[in-house]
Amino acid sequence: MDDLVIQVKDFRKTYGGFKAVNGISFEVHQGEIFGLLGPNGAGKTTTLESLEGLRQADSGSLRILGIDPARQPNRLRDLIGVQLQSSALPANMTVSEAMQFFCAYHRVRPREDLLERFGLGEKKKKQFRTLSTGQQRRLALSLAIAHDPRLILLDEPTAGLDVPARVELHELMRQLQSSGTTIILATHDMAEAEKMSNRVAILLKGKIAATGTPTQLTASGDGLIKISVASESSCLASNGDGIPGVRRHHFEDGYSLFYSQDPGPSVSYLLDYLKAHHDRLVDLRVERPSLEERFLEITHTNPTVGG
Amino acid sequence: MTAYIHHLTYDFYNGLRDRSLLLMNYLFPLALYLMMGAFMGGINPTFLETMIPAMIVIAVMTSTLLGMPNPIVSSREAGVFRSFKINGVPATSILSIPVLSSLLHIVVVSAVIALTAVPLFRARLPVHWGYFILIELLTIFAMAAMGMLIGVISSNGRSTILISQLFFVPSMMLGGMLTPTSMLPAVMRKIAWILPASHAMNAWRALAFDLPASSNPFWSMLILLAGGLIAFGMAILLFQWDNHNQQRRRSPFLAVFAMVPYILAVILLG
Repeated sequence: MDDLVIQVKDFRKTYGGFKAVNGISFEVHQGEIFGLLGPNGAGKTTTLESLEGLRQADSGSLRILGIDPARQPNRLRDLIGVQLQSSALPANMTVSEAMQFFCAYHRVRPREDLLERFGLGEKKKKQFRTLSTGQQRRLALSLAIAHDPRLILLDEPTAGLDVPARVELHELMRQLQSSGTTIILATHDMAEAEKMSNRVAILLKGKIAATGTPTQLTASGDGLIKISVASESSCLASNGDGIPGVRRHHFEDGYSLFYSQDPGPSVSYLLDYLKAHHDRLVDLRVERPSLEERFLEITHTNPTVGG
Repeated sequence: MTAYIHHLTYDFYNGLRDRSLLLMNYLFPLALYLMMGAFMGGINPTFLETMIPAMIVIAVMTSTLLGMPNPIVSSREAGVFRSFKINGVPATSILSIPVLSSLLHIVVVSAVIALTAVPLFRARLPVHWGYFILIELLTIFAMAAMGMLIGVISSNGRSTILISQLFFVPSMMLGGMLTPTSMLPAVMRKIAWILPASHAMNAWRALAFDLPASSNPFWSMLILLAGGLIAFGMAILLFQWDNHNQQRRRSPFLAVFAMVPYILAVILLG
């Protein structure tokens, strides 16, 4: 396909006897935000670093815009922007020097506007070692996008960022996406992945345990919708059996929780039940499972993936 | 080229900004120069004949052998080189720029020493300035390449200190800076040829100061050049971008090839 930006086929990487990545395949198309999710040690960073050309695959193939990152890293440098999970700059390099330094190597004019946008305008003369973790990550982000790359690889980009900076980053990601930039987002933050990604892949022990859009993934579990009910006398606390569509239920923190395959009749039944028992409704919520819940479900039901 | 100049400019200023580099590039060699000038002239008057090159060799050694390896190791450990790699900074820039910026720092220190040693300590000035400068450039190149190679092969900061001291301490004792190598016992004089400092002092004495040499000074210059080229080549060959991806790492013991010209000198020179 013309708009194919990343193509990974049966990629494997082993460290000593440990299979960090054990035969994964996926494709990412232009303008997509693709989330790579997984617990620590799942293989996210190894996959990203191999795409960046920092590591070489043991077998399988990786291509970015048709380029093998391990064999032709120099052809990739101006096409990708990278924010490493463990990135660092020389301790005594100032913010302004860093921007000039990396822009010079990418042969573009320094993007001082990005420093302003990420709240580093007043830190231009500060040395890297004196910046807070959040400021260091914001600088790394500014440097990653300063040369207008076609693909951006972000490894835990919001770790250490405060809420305004996080919102700013998400807004920027949307803008970049709308201009056709492709983004790979490796994160532990499920809410962020669900909000930002067009598609996600959940990595577990070096294998892809699930992939699809966030909506597809959340719908592909046990398919149960969560109905949370709080009432004045909690008359539903021990009376969940026989409710239409409800597969399981329990009581937690003042809420009766029902997991239903058919939420319409279930809610209708619950409201009638409250009325019949002269109990007053305090709160009612109907929620599809979040990506985080689906993620936890996958990690619990696939403990031996890749093992 | 613009990127290279940006990088070199940053690296030069970093040599002034970083306290430990400032110490190695300027404070330690200049303090030692003042101290040696004050005391050594009285103890050993012949010291003043070659005081200027001797103090420059010490400045070169502190800036290169002691100052250069540690930033290489710490940058690799901290992931700075990974950032450089993904942004297209070539390994040749990472390795050549500290050599050039060290050269600039040493030239400044050398100028201070050359301009003040006569009025302050009545040291002897070189007779042939062309040779003096050429030998200084060769000495800086040979020792900077050696310092770079030590940084490249050292797995941590402790090893850099150990390996650097293996050159620094014997150089101070046998390199001909404090006493001419001709005053050393025959065995020690032969062993001293394994040190770049001995060749630098031998070449300087004969070609820049018209003083007796222990061996052919042109051989010394050739050995410095060959040693520098091999050490720099080995540094490029053995360079690692990070500490985590070492499966294809070549053996650091290959670095001993950089010593081949000096070992040949021990075997062949008198």
